[in-house]
Amino acid sequence: MSEVEVLKPGLYTSIQDLGRMQSAVYGVPRSGVMDSLAARKANLLLNNPPDAAVLEITMTGPQLHFHADAQIAVCGATFELKLNDRPLEGSKVYSCVTGDVLTFGGLKRGFRAYLAINGGFRSPEILHSRSQYPGITPKSRIEKGDRLPFTAATTEKNSGARVQFPETGIYKNNIEAFPGPEWDLLDVSVREQLADGSFTLLPTSNRMAIGFKEAVANNLKGITTGPVIPGTVQLTPGGNLIALMRDCQVTGGYPRVLQLSELGICTLAQKRPGEGIQFSLAIA
Amino acid sequence: MIPQKPKISRLGERAVLLQWDFAINPENLNWLISVKDFLLQNVIESKVEVINAYNSLLINYVLGIDSVYDDLERLQAVDFANISTTDLQRETYRLPVCYDAEFGLDLEELSTTNKLKISEIIELHTRPIYTVYFMGFLPGFLYLGGMDERLRISRKKSPRQSVAKGAVGIAENQTGIYPNSSPAGWQIIGNCPVELFNPQLEIPCPFQAGDQIQFYAVSKAEHQEVQEQIKSGNFQLKTEKR
Repeated sequence: MSEVEVLKPGLYTSIQDLGRMQSAVYGVPRSGVMDSLAARKANLLLNNPPDAAVLEITMTGPQLHFHADAQIAVCGATFELKLNDRPLEGSKVYSCVTGDVLTFGGLKRGFRAYLAINGGFRSPEILHSRSQYPGITPKSRIEKGDRLPFTAATTEKNSGARVQFPETGIYKNNIEAFPGPEWDLLDVSVREQLADGSFTLLPTSNRMAIGFKEAVANNLKGITTGPVIPGTVQLTPGGNLIALMRDCQVTGGYPRVLQLSELGICTLAQKRPGEGIQFSLAIA
Repeated sequence: MIPQKPKISRLGERAVLLQWDFAINPENLNWLISVKDFLLQNVIESKVEVINAYNSLLINYVLGIDSVYDDLERLQAVDFANISTTDLQRETYRLPVCYDAEFGLDLEELSTTNKLKISEIIELHTRPIYTVYFMGFLPGFLYLGGMDERLRISRKKSPRQSVAKGAVGIAENQTGIYPNSSPAGWQIIGNCPVELFNPQLEIPCPFQAGDQIQFYAVSKAEHQEVQEQIKSGNFQLKTEKR
């Protein structure tokens, strides 16, 4: 097996695929890439299967040393990228050779980028997924000195290929959402606030949940603990709005007022703490 | 209970939620699990994962959204009143708990607050047969029903940064075991040495919804002995068929 060595891990870089879909009965979070559209695009550029494992890079990127030849593509957030001293662009396939160093510099747009590699990263599968999560995988994210396994590229096929994706509006501020299971129990004024108000991402946001600063007047108590999934937006008794993300628990006891669409989750995953969003409600 | 038609709604593009408003008790749980099995065998045609909570089922679709539309129609047509509770063939497991002061960090507080002797706390905690409703909160964390009301106590005013793997806790009318070291807001009364979650196993948790559990008190020495048996692979969970 060939390896990519982690020289610098970045702020929060983890191996992710499309997550664990058969372990929720054991209380295991689904995990997986926050912005699945960007990760799928990176894999598609390399002709990888959609569930090939990628690196999810958050806000501050890593520095990586290739110990074998590889083909790579970076999609999602726009970083200043360099292969040795040569600037690279996003959403494009590049060939790296043994000894190359890939450096993520300043973040220019979005919040999370995806680095795909030919064949995907080949770390051990645990419960049918390579997605890193504390208590499931040995590490919850990559660390300095880690060596990430992959299968070395043998040909230079596809180099320079580009894939034209339809504009998804992912860098807009509208987050697509459906009414959630407890939507009907909300007062009209609360529904109006959720549909029309602006909400600011809190700095405590992470892969588990994204919280919002604005208080919502809440007349609802807790619910009998019920299932939740990534994209479920809960309203706490204290009036805080919380969008559950990929690493969320499988059940929750707060009213589920909205459910983000897959596009909505991906759009929200690209927002930085302090940025404002609006929910764009699709009437079910 | 009277089996009833659930409220059926989509949860996002790839999940369907079925909700009832029946009471939380073991009989209704067994019916809910019977419904889950019935739907998997007779109604749902796509690759799915179904989880239950107290009175709801969530069907997660692994693949595309077309199958959700097809199944929604079939689900709406199901005659839920005619689904009967099947014999689930579930086990009753006996789990050792050490209530020594070394593990039972909040035994004194529970004793003072609820005016119970520590021996009475142990007696009240080991007497009931608890029902596993589902797993959540943490991987392998069992939602157990059936705790004696006399043990009810509110959560710690400030949560602990970390409790030991196997810590047995109480919060409100619930008791549970932390499968791994974790920050914890529950009142800790003991420690269970049995491994509740191992992600390296194909089936990572020995229990499933509908199983029953009874605790039995062990000494520190016996607790350590079980830990050593687990390490060497010689530990056998005590069970009895219901």
